[in-house]
Amino acid sequence: MGPISAVEKFLGILALLSMLVGSYVGLVVVPADAAQGNVQRLMYVHVPAAWLAFLAFFVVFVMSVLYLIQRDERWDRVAASSAEIGVVFTVVTLLLGMMWGKPTWGVFWTWDPRLTTTAILLAIYVGYGALRSFAEDGEKRARWSAIVGVIGFANVPIVYMSVTWWRTLHQPPSSPRSVAPDILWTLMLNLAAFTIVYIYLMVRRIRFARLEGELEKRMAYNA
Amino acid sequence: MSLLYRAWAIVWKDLLIEARTKQSFNAMVFFAALVLFIFSFALGPDTELLQQVAGGLLWVGIAFTGLLSLSRTYQNEETSGGLEGLRAYPGDPRAIYLGKLLGNIVLLLLVEAVLIPAAGILFQANLWPHALGLAAVSVLGTIGFSLVGTFYSALTVNLRAREVMLPLLLFPALVPVLLGAVNATTLILEGDLMGEAVVWLRVLGAFDIIFFVICIWIFPIALEE
Repeated sequence: MGPISAVEKFLGILALLSMLVGSYVGLVVVPADAAQGNVQRLMYVHVPAAWLAFLAFFVVFVMSVLYLIQRDERWDRVAASSAEIGVVFTVVTLLLGMMWGKPTWGVFWTWDPRLTTTAILLAIYVGYGALRSFAEDGEKRARWSAIVGVIGFANVPIVYMSVTWWRTLHQPPSSPRSVAPDILWTLMLNLAAFTIVYIYLMVRRIRFARLEGELEKRMAYNA
Repeated sequence: MSLLYRAWAIVWKDLLIEARTKQSFNAMVFFAALVLFIFSFALGPDTELLQQVAGGLLWVGIAFTGLLSLSRTYQNEETSGGLEGLRAYPGDPRAIYLGKLLGNIVLLLLVEAVLIPAAGILFQANLWPHALGLAAVSVLGTIGFSLVGTFYSALTVNLRAREVMLPLLLFPALVPVLLGAVNATTLILEGDLMGEAVVWLRVLGAFDIIFFVICIWIFPIALEE
């Protein structure tokens, strides 16, 4: 509690530096894609954002299971923090995807399985967040949201499969392009940078969650 | 008393109340008919267009109507602390879930038994040749819908904003059910020349089994006080 710890400061600086390096390499060092031109560079932030969103929701799932087994409010705080960060990066993923889709496909949105699943994923975790904000009692909020965290994540593969079948019955899926080594390592670099940003945001958000919990308890005590 | 017997007691109690008051059934049928009417007005009098999208319209109608009854799942218990009473009975709380689930399935299927023929008349589609297929879709779809719905309505029953929270949690979770039911219905109405409807019935069946296991397993935690 209290002031920002040295670890948090270090992580913050590391996150900023890795983002700067990742962006510089992605924007300047690596040559533009032969077929798509500069638009392809969006991939260096779009793919890491999507990876981070899925990572964040997986963490929510694991922490929800842990909470339901051990009933330790620490797990609830980690799950809530990760869900929030996951929602932010899902929105970023979708927006970046649209920016890429308009010049490449000619449309902002198409009912592609991955796009559709990501949008539904967003809806599931917005619901998770709304449930948290409507539940007043701390223990119930933790228990209910952990249940939604488990069911929501268990549903993702079923949603993905059903959406894939829905689309493939009508149109063939686009084939994945082979990825050049330059693109691959730039992507990896940005993946690492985004993961550091995630860890930094998590450390901060969990500290806030702990303070919020403390405040809630004191207000309940004073009331 | 065994689990099933206790569940049956809840089903019987709720259906008896419903049979005597008809508080849910009448409102649901009327509401469902209104939804179909609104769709017909919104899409214009083009019968061919209506027939093409009939499967989708029908299931959106069922989803909205089902939501009405789901949010009232525990209404009989709300007055004078009935839910606490149910919870206080000895034995497995899963019986409450099973009982409420069966009650919801029966009620929604009864509504569909009126709604689907009504849709056939409104959209001028001859449903008789497809009766068996449509029955299979509506049973599997209704089970999937009620499984998640009965569960989430227990979770949101004590919430301040449950009218908002229930659909917010429910509809994203129901995407596979809606996709399966709409596609199967549309294929069956078109004659299902390629035998694709079976794929969607399997999706519905798989969803039903997976969510039955998950919901039964987690329900006691959701009901804890």
